[in-house]
Amino acid sequence: MASPAAGPPALVVDHLTKRFGERTAFEDVSFTIAPGEVFGFLGPNGAGKTTTVRTLGTLIAPTSGTAVVAGIPLTPDNGTEIRQRISVMPENPGLYLRLTVIENLNLFAGLYGLHDPRPRIDRALEAVNLGPRGRDLCGSLSKGLRQRVGLARALLSDPEIMFLDEPTSGLDPVAAREVHELISDLRQRGVTVFLTTHRLEEAERLCDRVAILNTRLRSVGRTEELRESLFSRSLTVETAAPLEAPEGVFSPTSGVEGWQSRDATHYVLNVGDPRAAAPAVTRALVAAGADVISIAEARHSLEDVYLELIDEDPEAAAR
Amino acid sequence: MRLDTGRLGAVIRKEFRVLLRNRFIIGTMIVLPVVFLITPMLEIFRLSPDVPASVVQRFAGSTFLLLLVVPVVVPAAISAYSVVGEREQGTLEPLLTTPLRREELLLGKAVAAFVPSVAISYLLFALVIVCAQLFASDPAVASALVQSSQLVGEFLFAPLLAGWSIWVGIAVSSRSSDVRVAQQLGTLASLPPLLVVALIDLQVLTPSVALAVAFALVLLVADVVMYRVVSAMFDRERLLTGSRSPAIRSVRTPG
Repeated sequence: MASPAAGPPALVVDHLTKRFGERTAFEDVSFTIAPGEVFGFLGPNGAGKTTTVRTLGTLIAPTSGTAVVAGIPLTPDNGTEIRQRISVMPENPGLYLRLTVIENLNLFAGLYGLHDPRPRIDRALEAVNLGPRGRDLCGSLSKGLRQRVGLARALLSDPEIMFLDEPTSGLDPVAAREVHELISDLRQRGVTVFLTTHRLEEAERLCDRVAILNTRLRSVGRTEELRESLFSRSLTVETAAPLEAPEGVFSPTSGVEGWQSRDATHYVLNVGDPRAAAPAVTRALVAAGADVISIAEARHSLEDVYLELIDEDPEAAAR
Repeated sequence: MRLDTGRLGAVIRKEFRVLLRNRFIIGTMIVLPVVFLITPMLEIFRLSPDVPASVVQRFAGSTFLLLLVVPVVVPAAISAYSVVGEREQGTLEPLLTTPLRREELLLGKAVAAFVPSVAISYLLFALVIVCAQLFASDPAVASALVQSSQLVGEFLFAPLLAGWSIWVGIAVSSRSSDVRVAQQLGTLASLPPLLVVALIDLQVLTPSVALAVAFALVLLVADVVMYRVVSAMFDRERLLTGSRSPAIRSVRTPG
């Protein structure tokens, strides 16, 4: 995984809020994205993800707060200049179905002021493996192929930041994997990607950092950091038969801070350093005459992190 | 306001391509003019040399009125589709995320509706005059159709009525959520200027070149005012979310 480049941030969001009348779409959102970073933006339905993308894409004016997008302050006067430096792929790629793939891309090349667009169009189509389909009407393409045309369109202008809103929504696993590969390619090319998604495994696999939004920002960080901040580190132990006196085995063992049994033969031990504690736990179990099936560090997925953060949010419960 | 001709050209080319491949629009552009052509053509053949001059004049007036309905109705059908059609297909949001300014988008759509509408209107007008010259049994019929006031009126009113109809159509389209409703409302809202044209053509107001030019100037001002109104109404946030942006309420919208 290529590291985000050093330099001025690609995106700075500071206490940004958007309200539609009495309804708050998102509130007091602040984060910074480094150039070349793939930033995941997660949250339940209605959390304000798409509205955030539309706001940063200058389609919607924020109610309060500030942002700097691709080095340009987000103000009404700067809309055109910001849009010149970014590209946004909405959840629905929104292609002109009566036009061919190339005609669709030609239109957008013209809107971005690209001179001699044909080589760029060819490159964009190659990047999404659509080279031979350029003359097909978009209306004749499958949903997955249309999504790829949408990505090709977003690539055309070599944007500094790409906003991808649910790019794999509704795609089958093969098409979704192809989109994942494209995003990985974008990372290699140093493009900053702002990815909103419901697919947590997608975010975990692709993103350098993730933010979890539920109207307010619940958390921002690397997946690993979020896990560590939310969950104590632990070892899971499985034995062939129930331990006769687990308290006598685990409590005196060096490095074990607490324990609980999940069922008769599975135990979860809270430890400060799993690698240091595992040998001591193994020795204690063997000394107690237990037949050990497995000892492993418990891994919390991004889904665990997400559910933990969303579940503790009273607004989510009300949704 | 700075217009980028490259972006404007891209919108116009796209609009023409989409229009040419939309059977409903093409059908409207063909069927309506043909319908409006039928009555004058029949009259040309029907009017005998012995009809009074007043009947011939009335024929000329009603023919011009009928032909001037075309530059109102055809662009109304196209422009009423322009924004709500994009929204229905989901193409509006990607378009609005580009550097395209709203004036470029509006003018691009307007040009694409204007050119075929005015071209069709002039073509019909020429066709009626040529047929009258060739086939009318009464030479007075052809003469009545080429009176200077009628000619000036037709050449000036057709583009100006089309302009009015386009801006009204786009305004309705920006606020509608259904293409058919937008087309019906757009057509209805485009008709009022035709009332004055009707008064001139039916000689309630005495037709003259000066009157035609004066009314054309009024229409020109109305077109410019309507363009400015539509441009001010065309707010990205409202188009996408249905609510107006705080920027437009207090200051102005992003370009």
